[in-house]
Amino acid sequence: MDLIIDRWLHILSGITWIGLLYYFNFVQVPMLGKAKADGTAAGITKHIAPQALLWFRWAAVATWITGAYYLMRAHGIGDAFMLQGSAAFIGLGAWMGTIMLFNVWVLIWPNQKKVLGIVDASDEEKAKAGRVALLASRTNTMLSIPMLFFMITGAPAHMLGIWN
Amino acid sequence: MKNPLDSITGTIIAGVVLTVILYFFARHFLPLGGMS
Repeated sequence: MDLIIDRWLHILSGITWIGLLYYFNFVQVPMLGKAKADGTAAGITKHIAPQALLWFRWAAVATWITGAYYLMRAHGIGDAFMLQGSAAFIGLGAWMGTIMLFNVWVLIWPNQKKVLGIVDASDEEKAKAGRVALLASRTNTMLSIPMLFFMITGAPAHMLGIWN
Repeated sequence: MKNPLDSITGTIIAGVVLTVILYFFARHFLPLGGMS
């Protein structure tokens, strides 16, 4: 029963995380240039982006923790990360999710703090930080595609263990 | 060469290509232990 609840929480937090990732990449970043051109960008950079980033980075943590617990209980986290047996597919997904979590906390969030003016930075530092954050965010968007594939193709093998 | 991650379309195509590559890698090179 606890695995079903954990799996439910994992998917809920994962939707929150990846949903916001797609919002940043497909909506906010492309439209920010237009908003800057007509002087309406402040609403996004001062109010929307910090709140979206708050949910984004903590949903990433919640997704990873609930996913790690699931792997531990359902199959063995060692087998998954060592890509062994029936845990190999979901293990590949877990590796990609882990890299994505790293990108969120080590590359995206610290650099976005500079871009949004949450910490002090020169214009040159802001430009560099913006590029790093964009590439890390795009890398996560790219990785989310195989990550989801290996999560959903790896899951049925685990579900057999839950339901039987 | 242009970085595919500079555009949304390039990012999505790169993600799909990576999925296919990793799928074939997993099927042929990982010890799947009877998992098909």
